[in-house]
Amino acid sequence: MNSGATSAIAATALRKSYGNKMEVLRGVDFDVARGGIFALLGSNGAGKTTVVKILSTLLKSDSGTASVNGFDVATQAADVRQSISLTGQFAAVDEILTGRENLVLVARLRHLKHPGTIADDLLDRFSLTDAAARKVSTYSGGMRRRLDIAMSLIGNPPVIFLDEPTAGLDPQARIEVWQAVKELAEHGTTVLLTTQYLDEAEQLADRIAILHEGRIIVNGTLTELKQLHLPAKVEYVEKQPTLEDVFLAIVGDGGKDSDAGNDRSVARTSKEQR
Amino acid sequence: MTKHFFGDTAVLLGRSLRHITRSLDTIITTTIMPIALLLLFVYVFGGAIKSGSDSYVNYLLPGILLITIASGISYTAFRLFLDMKSGIFERFQSMPIARSSVLWAHVLTSLVANLISLVVVVLVALLMGFRSGAGVVAWLAVAGILIVFTLALTWIAVIPGLSAKSADGVSAFSYPLIFLPFISSAFVPTDTMPGPVRAFAEYQPVTSIVNAIRDLFTHEPVGTDIWIALAWCVGILIVAYIFAMVIYRRKIA
Repeated sequence: MNSGATSAIAATALRKSYGNKMEVLRGVDFDVARGGIFALLGSNGAGKTTVVKILSTLLKSDSGTASVNGFDVATQAADVRQSISLTGQFAAVDEILTGRENLVLVARLRHLKHPGTIADDLLDRFSLTDAAARKVSTYSGGMRRRLDIAMSLIGNPPVIFLDEPTAGLDPQARIEVWQAVKELAEHGTTVLLTTQYLDEAEQLADRIAILHEGRIIVNGTLTELKQLHLPAKVEYVEKQPTLEDVFLAIVGDGGKDSDAGNDRSVARTSKEQR
Repeated sequence: MTKHFFGDTAVLLGRSLRHITRSLDTIITTTIMPIALLLLFVYVFGGAIKSGSDSYVNYLLPGILLITIASGISYTAFRLFLDMKSGIFERFQSMPIARSSVLWAHVLTSLVANLISLVVVVLVALLMGFRSGAGVVAWLAVAGILIVFTLALTWIAVIPGLSAKSADGVSAFSYPLIFLPFISSAFVPTDTMPGPVRAFAEYQPVTSIVNAIRDLFTHEPVGTDIWIALAWCVGILIVAYIFAMVIYRRKIA
């Protein structure tokens, strides 16, 4: 963690209820240092999307404050929007346009010079060059998500929100997305990722916060979280391949030479093909 | 951010216009019903209708044009609904752009799409024998009324577009609007209608708009109808705009 002068994201006592019945957020506090991947982990309906919407200026909190890249989300919304990109829960791409047109569209809306060059570079980086001239409606789920994330990179915003980026994807597409997210963090971008998949948080995140019933109940690195809650125990376990390993081995691709097994604390990040 | 309003609106308008050129079927579906009504009424019922005009197609066209717009705006609502549902609306709103340009792009797209449909319907009417002695000024006046009417209905369409929960619900609002011309002077003169129906027909917006356009086409003095027509259109436009904005603000912080 390379902590900058100010934190990339800071939320203090955020509260939000919809209508007057349901209180979704009941005082959410957290801080994300610059750089790296921060995972907001929680089950369905825990309020993850609400947090992301407040931070990306799509929703106003009832009380509490939040800042992104040093700008207050309520009073400096325009500066916040200049600093972020949001990749929502569903791949927010234009189905009728081609992949390239989607990228050019976003580059134009960010008022950048040479939108065509920017689009071509990203198509190349996300291995979408062959599909560039095809309508997005013909893309697979994984391709859509890759395009979606590529669209979020345009203009190099320092903070990127990814709301459940792998929901509904097959295992291969999931690995593709993980790969893309890791690359983002390597470029120095701060990534806030929400997920309900424990293994996703474990694979990607430098820090993990668990959102439960409208509050952050723990926040720390994976090691810290493990030390906090469960004493380590030594077990001898036969290393059976998981179904995911089997699936990927049979189907090929994905670039994983399986080290099957349950011991996931061993970092597996570096062995994927780059 | 407002300094980018026109640029952003132009970029987003370009996007929506691509949607239209790539799915021309929406234009075709929009024009099929009004053209079918035109054929049905001119060649089947028209002979039995005493419209007081030499040519029934001349009498009927203004009302058919309004029906074309009423059926066209259901696609405006549908396009907006798709953007809301797919999340691309939120993506745009979280970007450093003039936020209102997202909505204005949809409104302008609606205007362009409806104008294309109107041209198609007028061409069909010309083939069916529609003739007008109207000069350039009168045609411009007709175009002006139709544009204001389209904008008024478009802002009505924005309301379900922003708030509908399902694709079926989003276009249902247009059915009463399509039906409204039937209880007006669009198809038959109002004086044969029984009292209460006639009263409704004469004081609802479609009648004044239809009469104003008809007078412009037939070279008659338009009288007060055109002002009543414009007052209705502008009034509906303002009320619909206010409601649409209230819903828009509620959706977007």
